[in-house]
Amino acid sequence: MDFRLGSAAEELREEVRTFLDEAMTRELEERIYRSGTSYDPGYNAGLHERGWLAASLPAEYGGGGQDPVEVLVLAEEQQRADAPTYTNGTSVMVAKVLIEAGTEEMKRDVVPKLLSGQAICVLGFSEPESGSDVANAQCRAVRDGDEWVINGSKMFTTNGHIGDYVFLLTRTNTEVAKHKGLTTFLVPMKQPGVEAQAVYTLSGERTNITYYNDVRVPDSARIGEVDGGWKVMTVSLQDEHTGGYGSRIRRLLEEAEAWAEESGRIADPDVRARLAKVAAEQEVALLLQRRGIWMTEAGIVPEAEGPMSKLFSSEAFARASQDLFELLGPDAVRSYFDGTAPRHGWMEYAVRFALGTRIYAGTSEVQRNIISQRGLGLPR
Amino acid sequence: MDLRLSDEQQQLVTALAALYARHASSERVRAAEPGGFDEVLWDQLLELGIVAMAVDEADGGWDASPEDLVLAAEQQGRAVAPAPAIEAQVAARALARLGRAELEDALTGERLVTIALHPAHADEALAVPAAAVADDALVLVGDRLLLVPLEGARAPFGNLGSMPLADVDLRAAHAVEVAHGAEALAVHDAAVDDWLRLTAGALVGVGAKALEIAVAYVKERKAWGVPIGSFQSVAHGLADVATALDGARLLAYEAAWAASDDRQRAAELAALAFAFAAEAARDVTDRALHYHGGYGFMMEYDVQLHWRRARSWGQVWGEPKAAYLRAADRRYGAVA
Repeated sequence: MDFRLGSAAEELREEVRTFLDEAMTRELEERIYRSGTSYDPGYNAGLHERGWLAASLPAEYGGGGQDPVEVLVLAEEQQRADAPTYTNGTSVMVAKVLIEAGTEEMKRDVVPKLLSGQAICVLGFSEPESGSDVANAQCRAVRDGDEWVINGSKMFTTNGHIGDYVFLLTRTNTEVAKHKGLTTFLVPMKQPGVEAQAVYTLSGERTNITYYNDVRVPDSARIGEVDGGWKVMTVSLQDEHTGGYGSRIRRLLEEAEAWAEESGRIADPDVRARLAKVAAEQEVALLLQRRGIWMTEAGIVPEAEGPMSKLFSSEAFARASQDLFELLGPDAVRSYFDGTAPRHGWMEYAVRFALGTRIYAGTSEVQRNIISQRGLGLPR
Repeated sequence: MDLRLSDEQQQLVTALAALYARHASSERVRAAEPGGFDEVLWDQLLELGIVAMAVDEADGGWDASPEDLVLAAEQQGRAVAPAPAIEAQVAARALARLGRAELEDALTGERLVTIALHPAHADEALAVPAAAVADDALVLVGDRLLLVPLEGARAPFGNLGSMPLADVDLRAAHAVEVAHGAEALAVHDAAVDDWLRLTAGALVGVGAKALEIAVAYVKERKAWGVPIGSFQSVAHGLADVATALDGARLLAYEAAWAASDDRQRAAELAALAFAFAAEAARDVTDRALHYHGGYGFMMEYDVQLHWRRARSWGQVWGEPKAAYLRAADRRYGAVA
């Protein structure tokens, strides 16, 4: 056994930290937070320059060509720094889908723009009436000659207000089982009939509900087969197999430890035991995620292990942020970036932010279903 | 990162699993209660080299890695095996660190040596693991580490985990000092790290087998015409503990790996691994027993064997919180 990630990965970690120390100033962190939009063109330019924006993709498409462990290190460090990565996450994910299932035109014209940060693609899966049950999408696409006419709405279209494209899951057939009547499209957002309405969330992040009213796209905007959308979706959801929030817990722990040192509470046994417990959960969260990456590298799909990483790390993050919030006493309630708040109000932020991690990218309940069925072999 | 076991590790696991299947079946485990010691099993383990593996070749052992020892402990835990392998290994390693001649008899099993996890107070070492069946115990008294012959000095007592525990009266024993001062404290401290790391592995095994028992049961047992494992309340409860248990195993393995490859973090990780494994084993056995319904509460069903040991094997040293505090001392430095 070996628990090191390897010297190449650790050297990369140092480089990424140096970059982040400079790029992620408190000012930028505050500006992003107050804007509610996890996006900064300057930050992205810096990432792209270093080949880190689309690290996981092969160089021939404009990616960085890094191996899964290096991609993990990049993700860990950016998470820890709370860097504005959401547009990159979705754009790179869709670029992967386009490389696998898109038209030659998409690969030639759209993929390079997504991988260089010149264009943003957002996700249009969830709807007001379907979240975790994503195959239940009702947003309609109806064929009209060489075109498709789209009508419906999508919920939680994060960055929909700045997106260039939306990767849209639509219903094209209502006569068959729900998984079998779906088709995916790459829809340009800057066109008549597409509207993004702000939805503000508890973490401070702005997301959107997006509306599609008689939006017309050519058949060449279709990704994959007609009614073959579920197959395309499985490509996109594969990435979520190895998600985790261990580095968010790490940042939380670092902030709490700094608070404990500054306030002198580090000598208090109660404080020490609580911090050490978070340290254990942080270590476990990192290990579960790294196991998933190791399996992926070894050619094994971490069917239950990926969900374990997502489930444990998000639940542990929520547990830890609640406990460390309480630990701070009355000061805990002082707002993030309020001048009077300890550690810039990080605990007040974390306790809100952590809630979302248990919900998006498959709720904890969905993860538990997968773990119990595919991991433990329990009946449906 | 590489989580594969080496061929040798795989062989070790297979050999131990077979040995425990033969000599620590549920019937044998029950037959050894409440004393918690099966002499035939212990002889088999000695023959396999369970104590010798724990020390270096130069000291007469066969130099197994900390990872190997944790893998062995996990197998012991799965079987809830009534044999004091961990204590004997930890004591042997302490004797080896001190270069003591008593090591030879400990390795062959001529004398079974154990260790008191906490310093003695008022001439008494309390709840010493394996002391009910061992020949000698290493006991820290102040800053002196003593080797205490146990015959006539021990008082075994009944306990939740059917462990061979005893209180040891030092006044009744002719103890030999094996170390004093800083060396005694350091050797005892290292022994506690060893014990925490290996017990973490054992607790993972206790929990893992309980989870398997529970999964098999909820697939089979029907209520309202369907297997109870199809109910989300049951399935999700098991998914949570299965996840924590996988985490506990990874952390125990990492702590073992760190014992030879990341010395700086080794002691902290040993304590964290122990605390996390104790919690995971506690929680998984709790759910595993509960999902058996009334049958889980019956002595006849095996899940209770695991439930009791998950609560006892680690508690002999202390609660999870005590281990978190120990980890904090390593992480932040001790409080002056």
